[in-house]
Amino acid sequence: MASAGKAHKVGDHIDTDLIIAGRYLVTSDPAQLAAHLFEDLDPGLRAKIKPGDFVVAGENFGQGSSREHAPLAIVGADVKAIIAKSYARIFYRNAFNNGLPLLECVEASEKIQPGDELRVDITSGKIENLTRGETYQANSIPEFMRNLIAAGGIIEYVKKQIGAR
Amino acid sequence: MAMTITEKILARHAGLDRVRPGDLIEARADMLYANDITMPLAIQQFENTGVGKIFDPDRLAIVLDHYSPNKDIASAQQNKISRDFARKYDLPHFYDVGRAGVAHVLLAEDGFVLPGEIFLGADSHTCNHGAVGCFSTGVGSSDLAAAMATGKLWFRVPESLKFVFKGELRPWVSGKDLVLRIIGDIGVDGARYCAMEFAGPTLRQLTLDERFSVTNMAVEAGGKNGIMEPDDVVLDWLAPRARRKFEPVYSDKDASYAKVYEYDVSKLEPVVSAPSSPGNVIPVRDAGRESVDQVFIGTCTNGRIEDLRQAARVIAGKQVHKHTRMMVIPASPHVYRQALDEGLIRIFHDAGAAVSTSTCGPCIGGHMGVLAAGEVCVSTSSRNFIGRMGHREARIYLSNAAVAAAAAVAGKLVHPEEVAPVGARR
Ligand code: SF4
Repeated sequence: MASAGKAHKVGDHIDTDLIIAGRYLVTSDPAQLAAHLFEDLDPGLRAKIKPGDFVVAGENFGQGSSREHAPLAIVGADVKAIIAKSYARIFYRNAFNNGLPLLECVEASEKIQPGDELRVDITSGKIENLTRGETYQANSIPEFMRNLIAAGGIIEYVKKQIGAR
Repeated sequence: MAMTITEKILARHAGLDRVRPGDLIEARADMLYANDITMPLAIQQFENTGVGKIFDPDRLAIVLDHYSPNKDIASAQQNKISRDFARKYDLPHFYDVGRAGVAHVLLAEDGFVLPGEIFLGADSHTCNHGAVGCFSTGVGSSDLAAAMATGKLWFRVPESLKFVFKGELRPWVSGKDLVLRIIGDIGVDGARYCAMEFAGPTLRQLTLDERFSVTNMAVEAGGKNGIMEPDDVVLDWLAPRARRKFEPVYSDKDASYAKVYEYDVSKLEPVVSAPSSPGNVIPVRDAGRESVDQVFIGTCTNGRIEDLRQAARVIAGKQVHKHTRMMVIPASPHVYRQALDEGLIRIFHDAGAAVSTSTCGPCIGGHMGVLAAGEVCVSTSSRNFIGRMGHREARIYLSNAAVAAAAAVAGKLVHPEEVAPVGARR
């Protein structure tokens, strides 16, 4: 399943407060949260992110709070996937639980430049940089996470477990 | 095969004889909790499962602490979602204004946090509870909803890192300084996905309150959980409050660790995390005597009675600087009451500090002390991220309670010995 969009670059250790600031956590609505995505990181960034785009980050993306509002704000902006060198653990779980795929790829994180056109295949982890004519391969998603995604996230997974009883 | 305390607890709850780092397991949870921000999403996801029944209502706590008392109409609406849910399911452990405090402090005091158990909370600082020897970790709302429905959740067994403290602590150095030092050394992702086990003879010098500050901040190093073996200090503290019988667990002597770090704490000075990362750790003496607009003493990290005592020792008989404002927020009604009984509230009040009802408040930039552009705050909390306590151009220093109180008196960042007599550490 491949989709194409523009890359928006952010740095290392982007924390959940920079993804969505605490003052906006008075709602769980993805659209309302998305309006303030990355606001304290760069107030101009949100306007540049169009539906179908990708966020490309460095190390430890999503450090900090357990707020699921962080992946929800990203999903609300219709970002198709994150590409980063590494992720913080609670964010990692939350993203998959909310249908936001995370790709881990050091080469892509380093070589992709802001505004590059990408085509990303979530299933295979193949990242094509259409602007630069380069291809990168993300680490494969662990089997357990793949099953979780295939089931439709943790809630669907629970439903199946309960149905099987 | 020898196992660490974390591995043993996970194995026991997965019904296995042993586990290894990297194993994926499904483990039983002994206790669950969520707060006013994470619960509404968990409720939505729980209702999506269609189960219609919480696996054991006695093992779920809801604490309204972040935007409570309701700070505005939006938070009032949001808090009402949890209130309605608690009524609908007639939940026995629902904490609202008056009985609520910062959840991590409150739930430990109320005996929900027990050695050898698994505690899951929809809040990243749930790692707090490891100070009593349980596996306690933060999860998102969807994971919590899954556990509410089934009583179980999947985990990857973490690699364990061991931090061994030796030596005498110097005056004004507290548990907070130990954990900040570690985060400064290994970085904000130095323990990513790992269990952080704290050990060594110095732990005996720390009150349980100070130990909680250490495990509380495991997440700031990327850790999955922070944990300590329960000694008699823990067992004595639990005796009057434990809600259930429990079985303490200890690491095997020959358990293996991904890495062992040794600290001689006798040289350690009070430190701060300078803006804007918890990993940006320097001795307070090197902080350039920066002017301070606001001081905040509170939170799940350092809003316990021992923190208020340390702050009171520094500020007793003195005044908050005329260009500085000081907020003290006891982390729970119990801490508040104890501070009243010990005369600490009067000390703060006499010094010109504001004392508020228990809430997370300014820690998350919500209310009760939000910062303007260019302002500097010294906070006993755990995160000094950009925008955390208000405007994105505000700057936050993290410190222990004595350093924070000293900043309030001096109006700038100083070593506590500059404003208070030496040797008053305990
Ligand atoms: S006091 Fe701060 S860190 Fe602790 S739970 Fe509240 S908002 Fe989170």
